[in-house]
Amino acid sequence: MRKAGKIQPLPEAIATLVQDGCFVALEGFTHLIPFAAGHELLRQGRQDLTVVRLTPDVLFDQMIGLGRVERVVFSYGGNPGVGSLHRFRDAVEHGWPRPIEVREHSHAGLANAYVAGASHLPFAVLRGYAGTDLPEHNDDIAFIDCPFTGQRLSAVRAINPDVAIIHAQQADRQGNVQLWGLSGVQKEAVLAARHAIVTVEEIVDELSAKPRAIVFPAWVLDAVCHVPNGSWPSYAADFSVRDNAFYEEWDGIARDRDRFRQWMDDNVLSASAPVGPAVAAS
Amino acid sequence: MSELDATPEEVMTIAASRELDDGEVVLVGVGPPNAAANLARRLDAPGCVLIYESGAIGARPQRLPLSIGDDDLAAAAQDLVSVPEMFNYWIGGGRIDVGFLGASQIDSAGNINTTVIGDYDAPKVRLPGAGGAPEIAASAGRVIVMLRHSPRSFVSEVDFVTSVGRELDGTDGTGSVVITDLGVLRPSPGDGQLELVAVHPGVDVDQVREATGWPLRVREPLQTTAPVTERELSELRALRVSADER
Repeated sequence: MRKAGKIQPLPEAIATLVQDGCFVALEGFTHLIPFAAGHELLRQGRQDLTVVRLTPDVLFDQMIGLGRVERVVFSYGGNPGVGSLHRFRDAVEHGWPRPIEVREHSHAGLANAYVAGASHLPFAVLRGYAGTDLPEHNDDIAFIDCPFTGQRLSAVRAINPDVAIIHAQQADRQGNVQLWGLSGVQKEAVLAARHAIVTVEEIVDELSAKPRAIVFPAWVLDAVCHVPNGSWPSYAADFSVRDNAFYEEWDGIARDRDRFRQWMDDNVLSASAPVGPAVAAS
Repeated sequence: MSELDATPEEVMTIAASRELDDGEVVLVGVGPPNAAANLARRLDAPGCVLIYESGAIGARPQRLPLSIGDDDLAAAAQDLVSVPEMFNYWIGGGRIDVGFLGASQIDSAGNINTTVIGDYDAPKVRLPGAGGAPEIAASAGRVIVMLRHSPRSFVSEVDFVTSVGRELDGTDGTGSVVITDLGVLRPSPGDGQLELVAVHPGVDVDQVREATGWPLRVREPLQTTAPVTERELSELRALRVSADER
């Protein structure tokens, strides 16, 4: 059982809980992507990682482009509404800066792999994948017959990362966390992982109940870190808006290997604070 | 429609928007389907229920969202659900009337590829991958696919089956349709193979043949898409402006 969630600086949480070669989930579906924590992991030099996200997004493009990722588990590797993730493509197509292993699912498959992981079951069942070429390239997908109806269904192997890292809006001083808005697979990722780190926009004396919120009791978390704007250029509902202009700008930055490296040096690797402007919630 | 100077992309979007009936429950994919579904909601299908796989049910975006998880999209939604719930209860549970998808490649059986161009293990182009498409294509009542018409995208055999064409099984998928910048294709009632049923105004059937990587079948009598109206075009352009102002 985890110790009670504890408020601590992000560098300390990453240094304690993430080692080279770890299996790390960094979740947040468009909303609440834990960029600042991912960047801290890069600054600390973590490498040979297996990383999982439904939507790799710009964050994994950055991690892959710096050569820190050995294997990526995902279900949609694009820059939503913009186009390609160029660093991800370069790694898969040309092995630059290193070849990466790709393990890919559909959203339904990967989401259910987390559900199984959170339930401590070996696999999950869904109606999906039939007729597609995905199972042929991923050993974590199989087909089974329903024991009651004989119906042919697909099964996905459970995912249990070493560490799940997410960003949320609010924590109290005991380390209980509240997250609201689009909640993606964060609950499943945290409960599927052996350890969990949450960065939050604000720390308050008492959580104020929000509609459609999910709450993580402190005792299911290992570290809670105060990192305002920690999901930029993604967003935190009621704190910031998605920086769509940056997502479009990233297309140009990531197209070019040198420009990418320079940008990472200037904005992530040499910086101690999260990049990006503090955006006021509209 | 040429008198209104609509671009081929705009013609495609407007033609696709007309496919939605008012009140239908629509799962909206990223990219061109997003514009078409939001246009339909502003024109003749104001009662459409827009669902985004990010978890937004009954979304009513004021601006055209760039991603499928934009803040504006979530803010005005009727409900927000987790991704496992979205796929298990809403999509897998069969509550979607129309799946509205994009594609990089399509074949005559309606199979869609959004995964790789070339060999999977050494791809020429690594595309984004499946996202929600395989289960949306399999579970929705019917599917609308939008893509630009070219020999590179309309291929005799897709390099990778990301989502399975529904037409061949002959059970459902009857209302499924492929909308391009040149015309409209529907599955043949006979064997389910896609056939051209309409060309957009000013498009010649030979043009469509040249842009199709398999021997194109044409359903006679070939229709011509109704011209774009001033209202449709101005609403679409207003949507685009709203996207630029985000």
